[in-house]
Amino acid sequence: MNINFTLIAQAIAFAVLIWFTVKFVWPPLLKAIETRQKEIADGLAAAADGRNSLEAAAKKSEVTLTEAKQKASEIIAQAEKRGTQIIEEAKGNAKVEGDRIIAGAKAEIEQEVNRAKEGLRAQVSTLAIAGAEKILRKEIDAKAHSELLAKLAAEL
Amino acid sequence: MATEHADNVQHAEHALTPSGYIEHHLSFNAYPVNESAGFWTLHVDTFVMSVALGLIVMGLVWLVARTATAGVPSKGQAFVELVFGFIDDQVKNIFHGNRHSFIAPAALTVFLWVFAMNAMDFLPVDWVAGVVSFFGGEHAKWRAVPTSDINTTFALALSVWILMIFFAVKVKGLGGWIHELFCAPFGTKIWVWPANFLFNMIEYVSKPLSHSLRLFGNMYAGEVIFLLLGLWAATGLTGTIAGAILGAGWSIFHILIVALQAFIFMMLTVVYLAMAHESH
Repeated sequence: MNINFTLIAQAIAFAVLIWFTVKFVWPPLLKAIETRQKEIADGLAAAADGRNSLEAAAKKSEVTLTEAKQKASEIIAQAEKRGTQIIEEAKGNAKVEGDRIIAGAKAEIEQEVNRAKEGLRAQVSTLAIAGAEKILRKEIDAKAHSELLAKLAAEL
Repeated sequence: MATEHADNVQHAEHALTPSGYIEHHLSFNAYPVNESAGFWTLHVDTFVMSVALGLIVMGLVWLVARTATAGVPSKGQAFVELVFGFIDDQVKNIFHGNRHSFIAPAALTVFLWVFAMNAMDFLPVDWVAGVVSFFGGEHAKWRAVPTSDINTTFALALSVWILMIFFAVKVKGLGGWIHELFCAPFGTKIWVWPANFLFNMIEYVSKPLSHSLRLFGNMYAGEVIFLLLGLWAATGLTGTIAGAILGAGWSIFHILIVALQAFIFMMLTVVYLAMAHESH
């Protein structure tokens, strides 16, 4: 247990070693470790951001999907309504057209009837004249009475 | 272990006398740096071993630190970072200032250096003596464990002590430090000043003493036990076998002591320096 000059020598060696560590050993290690810690922290933060934006995107897509479904059902409902409307319209048109055709047909029939009546009338007058002729042949000269007969035919 | 060469290194004068053997192994390779000798003596073995170990250990760490990358670390860097993180965590828990500018690197130095010096205890005492006597002759003395020299542990503890006072004055100012010497821990009343001062003086004296003597005592005792086992090993076949087995056991147990004492020394260094920063 003798204290001697070794004490001073060791203290100097100690001081030099501490100085060396403070100056050259600690800073690069600290820098490397802190840089890596920062990188890891940044990476984790980026991962969290990614997760968040993924969640937001999922939510957004859900909303969009719901909206699209709603719109689709609206469109379908509208189309159904329009379809019914078109059918109703067509029905109406068809009825009108039908009525028109029927009316046309009726008019034509009437015309036809009139024409037939006219024909019949002419024929009846001819027949009447023929009958009268046969009756009168014996008594009247056709030539003398033709004027009278024509007048009669016209009156029929 | 410490046994095989017990006989070989005995000098004729010391041959097989236990006190001679122990005295030989506990003597320093002293070199007077001044004619007056006395205080002006250098323990060459202590100094060379500690400086060499300091250069090797801190040099290895420096080699890794030079090329340290923030990317994927090499295995060497991973190991150094493991030690770094261990020390940094300990310091962080005790000291709440800017630890990176001084205290943490100082703690790393203390831990690694003291650990390396303590670890020299694992070298079989008689192998060291054998190597030394091969180069330096039979009278050459060489103690391999620098921390079993009171000068080393006292040098470290006193350096820490000076740093402690330096930081206390730096943080609190000279006036604040002197104020604290008289006004803490019992209060600022004038009649407790002597008690405060006495208390602080005892603390300032006991800190470096307990700091240095704890490490010194542990390492010295470890060395003495190795020497006693070495002695036993020299007494015959039974002694050789028993000494070898016990030496192995003590070495294994000593791994714990070496690491633990280095850790305690480092922790006390950090605690003392942290306390110097705190105001009462």
